[in-house]
Amino acid sequence: MNGHDFTLAGVRLTALPSGALWIDQARALCVADLHLGKSDRMARRGGALLPPYETFATLDRLAEDIAATAPEQVICLGDSFDDLIAGVELAEEARLRLMGLQAGRRWIWIEGNHDPGPVDIGGSHLAELALAGLTFRHIAIPNAAAEVSGHYHPKAHLPGAGWRPAFLADAQRVILPAYGTYTGGLRSDAAVLRALMQPPGQAILTGRRALARPL
Amino acid sequence: MSALPPRFASWFAARGWDLHPHQAEMLARTDEAALLLIAPTGGGKTLAGFLPTLVELAEGGHAGLHTLYVSPLKALAADIWRNLGTPIAEMGLPIRVEDRTGDTSYTQKRRQRADPPHILLTTPESLALLTSYEDAPRIFAGLSRVIVDEIHALAESKRGDQLMLALSRLQALAPGLRRVGLSATVEDPGAIARSLARAPDPCAVLLAEPGPDPDISMLVTPERPPWAGGGGRYAIPAVLEAVRRHRTTLIFHNTRAQAELFFHALWLQNSDNLPIGIHHGSLSREQRAAVEQAMVAGDLRAIVCTGSLDLGIDWGDVDLVIQVGAPKNVKRLIQRIGRANHRYNAPSKALLVPANRFEVVECVAALEAARAHELDGDPKGPGPRDVLCQHILIRACAGPFDADALLAEVRSVGAYAGLSRAAFDDCLDFVATGGYALRAYDRWQRLRQRPDGMWELRDPRAARTIRMNIGTIQDTDLVKVRLRGGAALGEIEEDFAATLSPGDTFLIGGQIVRFDALREMTIEVTRSASKTPKIATFMGTKFATSTQLSARILAMFREGDWSGLPAHTAEWLDLQARVSRLPEAGGILVESFPHDGRQHTCIYGFAGRNAQQTLGLLVSKRMEAAGLQPLGFVATDYATLLWGLRQVDDPAPLLTPQELREGLETWLAGNAVMKRTFRAAATIAGLITRNTAGQRKSGRQATFSSDILYDTLTKYDPDHLMLRITREEARRGLVDFGRIEDMLARTEGRIDHVVLDRPSPLAAPLLLEMGRVPIAGEGRERLAAEAAAALMQAAGLDAG
Repeated sequence: MNGHDFTLAGVRLTALPSGALWIDQARALCVADLHLGKSDRMARRGGALLPPYETFATLDRLAEDIAATAPEQVICLGDSFDDLIAGVELAEEARLRLMGLQAGRRWIWIEGNHDPGPVDIGGSHLAELALAGLTFRHIAIPNAAAEVSGHYHPKAHLPGAGWRPAFLADAQRVILPAYGTYTGGLRSDAAVLRALMQPPGQAILTGRRALARPL
Repeated sequence: MSALPPRFASWFAARGWDLHPHQAEMLARTDEAALLLIAPTGGGKTLAGFLPTLVELAEGGHAGLHTLYVSPLKALAADIWRNLGTPIAEMGLPIRVEDRTGDTSYTQKRRQRADPPHILLTTPESLALLTSYEDAPRIFAGLSRVIVDEIHALAESKRGDQLMLALSRLQALAPGLRRVGLSATVEDPGAIARSLARAPDPCAVLLAEPGPDPDISMLVTPERPPWAGGGGRYAIPAVLEAVRRHRTTLIFHNTRAQAELFFHALWLQNSDNLPIGIHHGSLSREQRAAVEQAMVAGDLRAIVCTGSLDLGIDWGDVDLVIQVGAPKNVKRLIQRIGRANHRYNAPSKALLVPANRFEVVECVAALEAARAHELDGDPKGPGPRDVLCQHILIRACAGPFDADALLAEVRSVGAYAGLSRAAFDDCLDFVATGGYALRAYDRWQRLRQRPDGMWELRDPRAARTIRMNIGTIQDTDLVKVRLRGGAALGEIEEDFAATLSPGDTFLIGGQIVRFDALREMTIEVTRSASKTPKIATFMGTKFATSTQLSARILAMFREGDWSGLPAHTAEWLDLQARVSRLPEAGGILVESFPHDGRQHTCIYGFAGRNAQQTLGLLVSKRMEAAGLQPLGFVATDYATLLWGLRQVDDPAPLLTPQELREGLETWLAGNAVMKRTFRAAATIAGLITRNTAGQRKSGRQATFSSDILYDTLTKYDPDHLMLRITREEARRGLVDFGRIEDMLARTEGRIDHVVLDRPSPLAAPLLLEMGRVPIAGEGRERLAAEAAAALMQAAGLDAG
């Protein structure tokens, strides 16, 4: 899978090149910040008319990861929908695609700041989830331990690769890169991320293969 | 010829001035709907443009706006404002003149809309903004004349297209509007005239007397120019000597980085402490203003500068222009030289300083072309559609519009005269709905059609964002450079800033500074005592040598006449003819040789830097497919050098037209040049908004790269208007495949392959050339992986 293996609180994790996290012992696939319906929300608010394909692009990539890993559960770490209306008004085709992906497995929607409530789409809606000794939530809490979160859309730099969306991991937590197609990145040296991550830590860049570097 | 009114005649007489013939003719023919005046710098061009306005307004009685003056530079508007003040004050004319640019205060702008002056001086962008207001019909109701200054400079870019679209709007609001264009010497006055007039009306061209030929020569120094590089630093003692012998010298460079490096080196050798300043587009406004003031006051003996000083502002008493580096383009050279001796009838004096050995040849060719009055330039294509999209948005801001009427207006612009209904509808559809193949959503609506058929903004509040994004100038993302706790020094490109680590030093404004920290899009620096800076690679335009100049060089090679060349360059070319052969127009010379453990292949296409770069990318793809294991290439204006692990025995299959064209189609899609071109087009067309109120503050993760939009459209909507525009623009712009086609047509498949055991004299400089491009692909990933592993190991971590 070209992934990068590491451990958090004794749990073996794999950072996939796509930006998804594989938790082998729970056979769980975890993705953060899908921001489905982002172009829809911008158009609705009178902003730019972005190409309305990002929901399909995101689901296409998620479908590939699911096909490759055959997870028993999928955890979406919040901001799965760009807002709650986007969740409600998701195109019928996208809704059907999602239902297809959910078939035969447990599906958990963690709430995020963009989607702070249940959406009328299958799966369980939770504020946070405890699984395999890890806590899954949208926004990292300082001093928390064994925590898997998203929200910040981190990106990191490598000579030759430039800035790419990246996992940030230290002994206490891992912060996932944004999985959604229309998402930007926050540099790993931003103050808020430096305050959260304690050395020694690593950044795992996404791309054709997962590339780890020290933070 | 109409006589000058007595008040004007006595004012001219009091100053001891006579009307130039072209000034008198402009006055006599002022009733014509469109007039283009071509005059050299210093020919009283601006006065020729304004004189009819001053005469018409002299008797008073005109209420509101009479004349609109548009120039490409804000500074030019301010300059004209000062210059007009003198005759108006001395003759006591009842005329109010004001300027309106991005720098004008909000209150001033509001007042100008309520009570416009008689003469308004502005830029294309500020004018476009003015036409976007609902009260535009009232503002422009009495408009009688528009003067477009430096129209030759505007005509080369999308700013000119935007301006002409704005004029079509003004013509609809003020049908009697007369248009005047003022231009420097150009190769095709007819083309500029057609762009100025309302299509398909004619436009007369007035040619002022050209003045004496410039006194222009190449600086010959005891030191030989180096083989490669663009600095020209070997010539500094001779340049200083030339500065010493003249009152004021302008020293032009082709890029900002070169200007900085030269300026720094100049100061290190400036033992007389001659007052010399630097001026380029990356410096802060305050710094540029200080240099401009010192220049006008005559306090500076020389200014090291770039194209930012190209336009016709009167900087004072320049008596020498030095061009460092090959001029690349004869027309630009002539226009730059026109900056010296701003007095009519005194010859301009200029020195060319070739930066390296090949540029000696290019400078000699440019000198010949200048003496022969042979200017170069490429014909312009039809009006760009991204600018049209923005024009439609601007029109919508001003109020509901009828599509047929707008199309008729747009077609009255020369560049858009041939616009088809379908192409217009494409643009309107893009502006209204995004123009996507996927049509499921009624929310994708920026414009909507009312029951009466008029188009309007769905949400009138959107006008604010549209107005904030007016313009066609593409600035790369810049970060400010500021002395810690002190003054702003200028701006550098974000990409360059991202490569800096604390402690790195670079040059800006002639000082070496140390990078301390990046805070909220500002770089904090401190002055550094270090003598060797890390080079400031902030760009500035890289021009490609023009087709005409390349042809002249090839003609010089064919004739083998080195009489105009210094001995060192003549010997170099003779040696090339002996050990290999000289490139010819009728064939492509390809040399193959081993060097430094790699097999090298040099293709002399003489197609200009951009096309040679594209050729490098296409040929390296073909080499990879042929198992020749290319590792990298570098391109100059005249050749592409590729290197790899295996020798090229037969270059012909790498250069077949059909396969180069196919390679272009497949390669283009994933290319960075395409993404950059897409970003420019999508920004102009309004798909990407650069400025939204308060957006910068919300943090970087809210914005995402335009590359993602490009990739998404390529995959899900490959025929979208923005992608069609991108492909067209890239072909003639940075990719410049047109010149590869020209090269293929000119050489008709003849390839002269020479196998050597070492680099040839012409190829040797390319081995030293900057800007090497590694072949991307799996190799790059492998390099990144190795870098990551090394870092992990250094940190004592498990690379996993």
